[in-house]
Amino acid sequence: MTEKQHIMIKGVKEGLLFLLDDQCVFDALVAELRHKLEKTHQQLLTGPLVHIHVKLGSRIITDEQREQLASIIGAQGNLMIQSMESDPPAKPESGGGAANMHVLSSIVRSGQTLQHEGDLLLIGDVNPGGSILCTGDIYVLGALRGMAHAGFAGRTDAIIATSLMRPTQLRIADVVSRPPEEWLTFDSAMEFAYLNEGQMQIDKLSQLFRIRQNPILFRGV
Amino acid sequence: MGEAIVITSGKGGVGKTTTSANIGTALALLGKKVCMVDTDIGLRNLDVVMGLENRIIYDLVDVAEGRCRLNQALVKDKRFDELYMLPAAQTKDKDSVKPEQIRDIVLELKQGHDYIIIDCPAGIEHGFRNAIAGADRAIVVTTPENAAVRDADRVIGLLEGNKIPSKLLINRIRPSMVKSGEMLDIDEICQVLAIDLLGIVPDDEKVITAANNGEPTVMNPASRAAIAYRNISRRILGDMVPLMVLDEKAGAFKRFRKFLGIG
Repeated sequence: MTEKQHIMIKGVKEGLLFLLDDQCVFDALVAELRHKLEKTHQQLLTGPLVHIHVKLGSRIITDEQREQLASIIGAQGNLMIQSMESDPPAKPESGGGAANMHVLSSIVRSGQTLQHEGDLLLIGDVNPGGSILCTGDIYVLGALRGMAHAGFAGRTDAIIATSLMRPTQLRIADVVSRPPEEWLTFDSAMEFAYLNEGQMQIDKLSQLFRIRQNPILFRGV
Repeated sequence: MGEAIVITSGKGGVGKTTTSANIGTALALLGKKVCMVDTDIGLRNLDVVMGLENRIIYDLVDVAEGRCRLNQALVKDKRFDELYMLPAAQTKDKDSVKPEQIRDIVLELKQGHDYIIIDCPAGIEHGFRNAIAGADRAIVVTTPENAAVRDADRVIGLLEGNKIPSKLLINRIRPSMVKSGEMLDIDEICQVLAIDLLGIVPDDEKVITAANNGEPTVMNPASRAAIAYRNISRRILGDMVPLMVLDEKAGAFKRFRKFLGIG
């Protein structure tokens, strides 16, 4: 094999460690594993029973793929799979959604678009003609006078919260809503928009914890 | 070394050319050496408003293309010794000059003048990029209408992108309509646009008469708009002139109504 090796085999106290590359395509792994076991590493198969630990790195595999790897390794009589695991996904240091939130102070003017993956806290205004798009929640500490689209990748549980709710249009996932024809606000101060059974709803920000199962708010101890 | 100020708005018809002519003239009135540059190639108006149309020999495109020297193209004002205008070409279009050429011209003008007032065409395309190329700062003109404020917002965004600081001028305010809530009020506009307010100019019919006569309004101290433009020019020079807030003008208006009532 001339290309880069995707599988490293290491001897450890417990047996053999198969380190599988987590960047390449899965099929390449399968092919290489087969090649190694059947062609190049024949000596492994001649010895006594060996315990195998398979490390997948950050790759997440389906049960089907797991089965496939197990059958290739299991096909050799003296290899016995002890474990097959992926690294746990990296977790943010502090718990809660607030850690994933991006904070930005800016003013989104007419003709400007602010796009963000995840939750966004904008300190500043969104002016008429400006738009803000997020895959997660949108929080505007300022006036929302333009267009806001939360959960634009399809998350229907996303919300749009703002100090001053005066949008030209609100969108959550694929629901589009035009104020004030579709909803009326009381005083348009400190409100948020959310989807309730496919309908855009507006409520006071203080009610957010009732809608959210795990609101991004600090709870009292 | 002078300072170049571009007068821009995005939307057409809000009073860019009138503002350029009046601010230019008011600065000259205050003893500054001023050159006004019309960058609205193909639709030049500044010369008409200034009443200098018949003195044009060369224009901006001639300078850019090297057909004449810069000071050959400058038109001297008939009222002031230290007020000049560089007219735009009427027969070409906006693509006939590049932003770099305008920047060089403005840079050269800054050597010999205190202020360069650049009159920007409407829109945000090539003509706009030409006009802002040499500018140190900008005055964004808007009127109390939603469409004009929206366009002003767009332009402010573009100016911020080009790192040109801008100030706001709200033109054609009708105090009576603002008071009755039919017109956007100044605070509302400033809140949305979030830039410093340089000044406000009340709607005044004398502006139209003056423009038709080729005489900038600012020359006529009886006009309310003229006082507003003079105040704005003093603020450009760094003087602390209190904003002619609406109340003051509403007061004047009230007096006028009272006068009518008595009459």
